[in-house]
Amino acid sequence: MNRHLLSSADLTRDDVRMLLATATEMHEVQHRAVKKLPTLRGRTVINLFFEDSTRTRSSFEIAGKWMSADTINITGKGSSASKGESLRDTVRTIDAMSVDAIVIRHMASGAAHQVSQWVDASVINAGDGTHEHPTQALLDAYTIEQRLGDLDGARVAIVGDLTHSRVFRSNAITLRTLGAHVTLVAPPTLMPSGIASWAAADRLELTDDLDAVLASGPDAVMMLRVQRERMSGGFFPTAREYTVGFGLTRERLRALSDANPEAVICHPGPMNRGLEISADAADAAQSLVLDQVSAGVAVRMSVLYHLLAGEEGVA
Amino acid sequence: MSALLLTGATWYDEDGAASTGDVLLRDGVVAQTGSLDAPTGTETLDADGLTLLPGFVDLHTHLREPGREDVETIASGSRAAAVGGFTAVLAMANTNPVTDTAEAAERILDLGRAAGLVDVVPVGAVTKGLEGAELAELGLMHRSRAGTRVFSDDGHCVADGRVMRRALEYVRAFGGVVSQHSQDPTLAGPRACCHEGETSGRLGLPGWPAVAEASIIARDALLAEHTGSRVHVAHVSTAEGLDVVRWAKARGIAMTAEVTPHHLALGTDLLTTYDPVYKVNPPLRPSEDREALVEGLLDGTIDAIATDHAPHARHDKEHAFVDAAFGMLGLETAFAVVHDLLVSDGRLGWADLARLMSTGPARIAGLADHGHLVAPGAPANLVLVDPTATNRVNRDASQSLSRNTPWHGRSLTGAVHTTILRGRVTARGGEPTAC
Amino acid sequence: MTRADMTVPPGHPLDPSGRTVLTASDVSRALRRIAHEILEHNKGAEDLVLLGIPSRGVELAHRLAALVRDVEGTDVPVGSLDITMHRDDLRSQPTRAPMHTAIPQGGIDDKVVVLVDDVLYSGRTIRAALDALSDLGRPRAVRLAVLVDRGHRELPIRADHVGKNLPTSHSEKVQVRLAGFDGGEDVVRIAGGDTR
Repeated sequence: MNRHLLSSADLTRDDVRMLLATATEMHEVQHRAVKKLPTLRGRTVINLFFEDSTRTRSSFEIAGKWMSADTINITGKGSSASKGESLRDTVRTIDAMSVDAIVIRHMASGAAHQVSQWVDASVINAGDGTHEHPTQALLDAYTIEQRLGDLDGARVAIVGDLTHSRVFRSNAITLRTLGAHVTLVAPPTLMPSGIASWAAADRLELTDDLDAVLASGPDAVMMLRVQRERMSGGFFPTAREYTVGFGLTRERLRALSDANPEAVICHPGPMNRGLEISADAADAAQSLVLDQVSAGVAVRMSVLYHLLAGEEGVA
Repeated sequence: MSALLLTGATWYDEDGAASTGDVLLRDGVVAQTGSLDAPTGTETLDADGLTLLPGFVDLHTHLREPGREDVETIASGSRAAAVGGFTAVLAMANTNPVTDTAEAAERILDLGRAAGLVDVVPVGAVTKGLEGAELAELGLMHRSRAGTRVFSDDGHCVADGRVMRRALEYVRAFGGVVSQHSQDPTLAGPRACCHEGETSGRLGLPGWPAVAEASIIARDALLAEHTGSRVHVAHVSTAEGLDVVRWAKARGIAMTAEVTPHHLALGTDLLTTYDPVYKVNPPLRPSEDREALVEGLLDGTIDAIATDHAPHARHDKEHAFVDAAFGMLGLETAFAVVHDLLVSDGRLGWADLARLMSTGPARIAGLADHGHLVAPGAPANLVLVDPTATNRVNRDASQSLSRNTPWHGRSLTGAVHTTILRGRVTARGGEPTAC
Repeated sequence: MTRADMTVPPGHPLDPSGRTVLTASDVSRALRRIAHEILEHNKGAEDLVLLGIPSRGVELAHRLAALVRDVEGTDVPVGSLDITMHRDDLRSQPTRAPMHTAIPQGGIDDKVVVLVDDVLYSGRTIRAALDALSDLGRPRAVRLAVLVDRGHRELPIRADHVGKNLPTSHSEKVQVRLAGFDGGEDVVRIAGGDTR
């Protein structure tokens, strides 16, 4: 592993396996009275969030603190439109304080990659625009494997607004790295551009028929959040039409359970109950939504450990 | 008046036939060619091994003055142009304030003359303030000392069909031309920054589909036909757009087109690092488009190579890719890039190069003194180039006040040796002369 | 000083130039004696918890528990205590994935924890183990049982129960192979040393 985690493509299969194995051990810490490991004592981790996210930020913060690192949250100012400090100046100012890691969430795709060129600290991508969210993909894989075992050969469907989803992009990579079969389900307007050659290159299946996919009894169904604002971009006519075509309704939940009683349901959150996922599905026994949150801290502890604990400059 | 004798130079006629010999420049024109003795008091320049071309004419440059003198001025841009082998550049109107009045156009003309290194020809805006709604004072700009003939809202597309039609009709009266930045804003909005395709999909960058360019070119071709006027396509970047230009020309429509060196040589895959130095509008395209553009150069569909020189401050580029400013420098590297890419391997001949970088653009812009091949009586607006010189581009040595060049660190074969404006040397060995 | 042997994978070939210092029967006898000592010191098996330090310490802990069962007839809780996250030399090593920590059902509060490891060397592993224990609970006492003590302590740490004292030089390597973890027979060998 190199010293940054910018993209799920940075991780080999061995890297992912090691991160998940470590996360399994880290998960134990959550159940102890003393939720502390001394491993990253003296390391400084900055959570630099330009985009609001209570869930991811607190997950990284807790992960850092449980590893005994000094974690500090900084809210990044908006884009260049506000004519403020350039992004480079902002991060170099932070880097000048000799911090060990910068966990960055930004609304622009590629921000983490760019920042990694400008600083000495390790950079962890906590979500960059519609590009990637590597720790989310790791925690999704971890959560599914905790329930179903090895993902190698498993069948996973990813459903929803793929165009605007960094969770999809990272998951497609990590799931394939682990040997899973991945099927993408979305209306044509929400399939990313160039998806035909992309899917061929990465061996992803494509369809707009959610019912057919559910009837085939996949092992895991990953529902992605659909923003209601997408209606104004002409991506789909109404929320109702989206739900009828692509929502995990009560009826579809039943069809999934019939086809595969062991199938699990994931959602990265926050959920639009009633739009892409019904309340029944969100709260079903097969739903891993809360497990995903719990796994998030363990996975992030593992990532921080593997990037920061070792030899200076080498992981 | 001063005289300059170039000895041992090689030059080409319009069919590509070569001549080698001496060229005497006197009183701002080519006086004689052949095997000549230097008259007394004549400065001599050894041009052995060098190729003599008509001075380059850039149909598309951003000199940023007035408004952003921190990134470029007409003086610094003139230095960059002279060093790049240009004897005339068209300065785009998206300054601050916009060049949409006669006074603004004349001011730019005067600043260019004061710098004295290249003929700075102001481009007038098509619409007031580049807002795309009401026509700017096209006639007054034409009647001014600037004699404006080329109009453009570049930076923005004249998207409203009715406005574009009126502009074309209006400039027809004085043989003007509208240079269109072809980008349908409803298909490629202001955030679009990466060719729409697999790369933009994977990178999560807003896509800029080819159809957003081609559909405007098609509409403008039909409007040009309908109005009997001339239209010029700025920085064509796609195969689809180029095909429309080809169709329009076949149909007899007065449409011309330019291409930039960066759209010929650089591709979408460079965006995977999200380095904003590669952010430009229209965006870099995949290899299929680049190959089509080279085809277009060779078969005459494309009339000119233009730089779209776009200086930017570091603090305007060092943002997240989607937030960074669009544009690259181009004046100082244009010849080297084109030579390295197309002339050195023989795909493009010297006659073609002269047509694309000088004669063609001079004709489109209506510049009577530029674009003349070497012959007695021709105005001495010339450039001597060295086809064998190989240099590594160093952005810190740039004449431009800005540093946003995508070519930094690249080795290019072909260099401008000496630039001559009306018989006077304006740049030599990579340095502008004082004036 | 590094715990080189901790990272040696199961069944890794032995250095043929080394010499055997403990045969399988030596190991067996040593473990039996250690089991007796533990019981003697503790006056029985009550409140004992054996925690092996991965990797080979875990097998040793299980074998000691089996021996205790033979002698006392009681099942003593056995578990493992990984110390990777508590090492003091993290920054000078490539990062390794932690191994498994399994604390038995009854926990360690007010128990007599016997840490079990194969080789005692600088003492830093045991210091890390004490650190790790302190976050897991508060034992009444902590003891240390090791198969081999090779000397060269860098910290004031000592073993309560030692299978064999083996004076070594820094340039030598102590290699432990256990039937369960490595396959084959138990053996302890010393290899390397000054050949100049």
